[in-house]
Amino acid sequence: MTVQDVQQDRKKSPFYSRQAKLDKVNQWHEWKGYSSADSFYNAELEYFAIRNSTGVFDLTPMTKYRITGPDSLTYIDRLVTRDMHKIKPGRVAYAVWCDDQGQVIDDGTIFHLKEGEYRLCSQERHMEWLLAAAIGMDVDVKEETADIAALAVQGPTSYSILKTLGLDGVENLKLFGLMNFDFEGTVLMVSRTGFTGDLGYELWLDPSKAEALWDALFKAGKNYGIMAIGTEALEQSRIEAGYLAAYEDFLPAAATVRAGRSRSPLELGLSWLVDFKKANFNGRRALAEEKRRGSTWRLVKLDVEGNKPATHSYIYSKKRGRKSQVGFVTSAAWSPICKHNLAIGTVKMPHGAVGDTLWVEIYYQREMHWSRMMAQAEVVDKPFWNPERRRVTPPGPY
Amino acid sequence: MTEMTERYDAIVVGAGHNGLVCSALLAKAGKRVLVLEAKELVGGAAITRSFADGYSVSACAHLLYQLQPSVIKDLGLKFDYAATDMETIALSPNGQHVRLAGNRVDGVGDADAESYKGFYKRMNRFADLLQPYMNKAPARLANFSTGDLLMLARFGLDIRMLGKTEMREFIRLIGINIFDELVERFDNPLLKGALSVDAVLGTHLGPRSPNTILTYLYRLCGNHGSISVPKGGMSSVTGALADCARNFGATIRTGMPVKRIVIENGRAAGVETTSGETFSSWLVVSNADPKSTIMDLVSTRHVETGFTRRVHNIRMRGNAAKLHLALDGLPTIEGLTDEDFGERLVLAPDENYVERAFNPAKYGEFSPNPMLEVTFPSVRDDSLAPAGRHVLSAIVQYAPYELKGGWTDAARDEFAKVALSKLAEYAPDLPQRVTATELLTPADIEKEFNITGGHWHHGELTLDQFLFVRPVGGAAQYAMPLDGLYLCGAGAHPGGGISGAAGRNAAQVILSRGKAA
Repeated sequence: MTVQDVQQDRKKSPFYSRQAKLDKVNQWHEWKGYSSADSFYNAELEYFAIRNSTGVFDLTPMTKYRITGPDSLTYIDRLVTRDMHKIKPGRVAYAVWCDDQGQVIDDGTIFHLKEGEYRLCSQERHMEWLLAAAIGMDVDVKEETADIAALAVQGPTSYSILKTLGLDGVENLKLFGLMNFDFEGTVLMVSRTGFTGDLGYELWLDPSKAEALWDALFKAGKNYGIMAIGTEALEQSRIEAGYLAAYEDFLPAAATVRAGRSRSPLELGLSWLVDFKKANFNGRRALAEEKRRGSTWRLVKLDVEGNKPATHSYIYSKKRGRKSQVGFVTSAAWSPICKHNLAIGTVKMPHGAVGDTLWVEIYYQREMHWSRMMAQAEVVDKPFWNPERRRVTPPGPY
Repeated sequence: MTEMTERYDAIVVGAGHNGLVCSALLAKAGKRVLVLEAKELVGGAAITRSFADGYSVSACAHLLYQLQPSVIKDLGLKFDYAATDMETIALSPNGQHVRLAGNRVDGVGDADAESYKGFYKRMNRFADLLQPYMNKAPARLANFSTGDLLMLARFGLDIRMLGKTEMREFIRLIGINIFDELVERFDNPLLKGALSVDAVLGTHLGPRSPNTILTYLYRLCGNHGSISVPKGGMSSVTGALADCARNFGATIRTGMPVKRIVIENGRAAGVETTSGETFSSWLVVSNADPKSTIMDLVSTRHVETGFTRRVHNIRMRGNAAKLHLALDGLPTIEGLTDEDFGERLVLAPDENYVERAFNPAKYGEFSPNPMLEVTFPSVRDDSLAPAGRHVLSAIVQYAPYELKGGWTDAARDEFAKVALSKLAEYAPDLPQRVTATELLTPADIEKEFNITGGHWHHGELTLDQFLFVRPVGGAAQYAMPLDGLYLCGAGAHPGGGISGAAGRNAAQVILSRGKAA
C-alpha cells in the first residue's frame, strides 16, 4: 500500500488570481475547502457597493449538484417541501429540504436548467442524503462544485454592467429566471438571483473562462462602481434582506446532537415553502403533525430600538424578570441603508406574533467596560430591505 | 383510479402463512378480505410440492417448532401431525450419536447431561419471558402512549422478577454469542455442535457471532423448541390456515401476482396485478418482505428518504440452501435404526466446525464443509414418496446469497455435490440411492418464494433489527409510514419461522385502530 497524496492545502477558486490582485487586507477564511475572502478593502465600503453600485462576490465554493434522469422531477419534488412542478425550465426556486422528522437539513436554490435537468445549490454538502433520496429512482446525482465558476453580481448598477458586457436580452430576465448567453465561445448562464435582497444576478460558466469573465466584467463595470466584495459585506446585506443562513439562524438537522436543536420549516417562517397539497415529500408526515399540534419555535424578524446590534442577545417577553426569557437572537446588524437596528431571532411559541413587542438584552463594550441594556424590539413580517428595483423587469439603468 | 373493479375492506398481498393468519383474523372480525397470491398454491415458503415424479417435500420450511399456541387457539386451527416431539440426533461419524429431547440429552457424560438440564431450564425460562412480547406489537420508544409505557414497564418488571441471579444472566446472555456459553457449560462436541446449529440456522451468523443466544431463544419461543412435522408437509398447515380464512369469509385468489400497490394522494388505495386487474381497498396488508414491499410494490417515491434508506439497509442476505433428494430406499447410518430416520438429524461435529463453515460465507464463498439439518419426512408420512421409497429434506448451510461469481447452474451443482459428499461421510450408501436431486440456493429461494435475498426471516434476526426496530425504527408496529399500508410478514416483529405471530399481531393492530387503519 502506498501513502496517498492527499491535498492538504485550500482550494483556490478560478477567480483567485484576480481577487488576490485586488486584495488589500489579506483576510481569508475557509469555505468548504476553498479560500474565501472576508473582505478585500473594507467591509463597510464593500457593503455600500452592494447597495449603491455593484458588488461582485465569488460563489464558486457554493456546493452545486447536477440532477438528471427520467425521474429528476419526481426526485426533486420529493426532496424539497415546495411544489417543483410549478418551476418550469428556465426558472429558479428557493427551497428547503427536510429529513423524515420534518427538520430542516438545509436551504438552497434549485435551477431548472432545461427539461428534466436541475442544479441544486446549497451552502452545505449533501451527497449522502441526495444519494439516499435517489434509491429506487432513475436519476443521476453528480457534484459539480468545482466544474462551475460562479459570481454574484449584485447592486443597483448590476443590470447596466451586464448590458455593457454585451448580454443582449438580459433586460427580459425576470426575478428567479435564468438565461444562457455566449461568452467567448462558451455558455454563460445568468440567473436573476442573489443573497443581497437587491437587484442582482449570478453568473455561471466553465472555470477555464473565469478569469476572462472577471476581466470583462470589471472593465464593463468601471464606470458603474463595481467592486469585489467579501463575506462580511454579504452577511450584512443578507440580514437586511431577511435571508437565513445555516449554522447561524438554524442548525442543519444532520449537525444537531441534542433533541430539539433542529428546526422545521414551519418554525423558520418558511411555511410558504411547504406545500401540503403534495401527496409526498420528505418530512410531510411530521410537518402535517406539527401543523396540527402547533410548532415549538418561531423565527422572528426584529426591529430593535437604538443602534447597538443585538448580537446573540437573549429575547424576553417583558422588560424585567429573567423568567420572561423566550428566545435568542441569531443574526443582528445595524442597517445603514434602512437606518434601523435589525435582528433575526428564535422565540418559543406563542411569543413573537407580528406586531408583538419583545425585549432584547444587549451587551456592549466601551473602552473595555461592559454595559447592558434592555432594548425594545418589534416583531415585523416584511423583509427589512426589499426595494422595488429587485423585481422590476426590465430593470432600470443607473 | 377509474377502472377499479371491486372494493374490499382489506387486501392482503401474498398468501404466506402470516398473510393467511392475518387475513383469517381480519375476516373473522367481519372485514371483507381479499388475498392475492402470486403462485397457484397458497402457503408462501410453507408449502409441500413435488420435486421429482412421485416425490414431494416441504419446499422451504420443513420443521414446525414455533407455531404460536395463540394462533392455533384464535383460529381454531386443525391439522394432523406426522410426528411430534421429535428428537434431535447429533450424528457422529462413528455411530456414537447424541440425542436430545426436551431437557434430556443422551450419549454424553453425566456432567453434560446435568448441565444441559440447567441450560434447558434457564433458556426456556428466558424464552417464556420473551414469548408474550412476540405475540403483540412492540412498544414504541418515542412518543410514549400509556399502553406502550406499561408494556415497557411490564417487560422490565418481568426481567426483574426472574430474581437477582437470573436477571443478571438474562442481561449478560441476551446480546452475546452462543459459542462462549456452550464451551463454558459443556464438554461433548456433538452437543455443542447441535446447539450451535439451533442458534444459527437460517441466519448470516456463526456461533461466535454476537446475539446468537437471542436467535437461540427465539427458536424456543412458543413450544420450548419442541419439533413437529405436519402430515402431508407444510401445505397441511397453510392449507388449514387458508381454509380458516375462507370459512371466515376471506376471498383467496391464487395465480395473481401483485405488480404494485396503488398509492393515491399519499395513501394506499388498492393493488394492481401483473395481468392489469385492479382491486381497491383503503387497507393494503403486505405479506411480502419489507424490501420488496417498499422498493418494488410501493416504489420509494411514495415514501420518505430516511425510511427508504433504512429499508434499503435492512440486512437480509440468505445463507441457507435447501436440499431435496429422492431416494429408492433409506440409507444406512451407523448406530441409527430405521425409526431414527424419522427424527431430526444434525450434522455438525462440533461448535468450531459450525463457525468454520460460516467463515467462507463472509467472503462470498460457500462452505466446503457445510453443516446440515436433515430429515427423512417420508419415514413418518408415506404420502410423500412411493411405497418403500423416501425423500430427504435438508437445510445446508452456509451458502451465501451473494456468492462470488453468482449462483450459476455450475455453482449450484457443485454445492449440491458438496452437500451430498458430506452426507456420504455419515451414510456411505446414500449417493447410490439418490434418484433425483434438487438444491435451492438462496437465489432460488428468492426467485421461487419472492423473498429478497432468499432470507427466510425476511431480514436478519439480530438486535438491531429486533423488537421496536423491526423491520426498521419508526415502522415497527406493522403500520408503514404510508397511510393504509401494513406489513404482516416475517420482516415485521417478531420475525421468521412458521409462527404466525407477525400475521396475528398485524391483524390485532389493524383491528385495534378501527377506522383509523
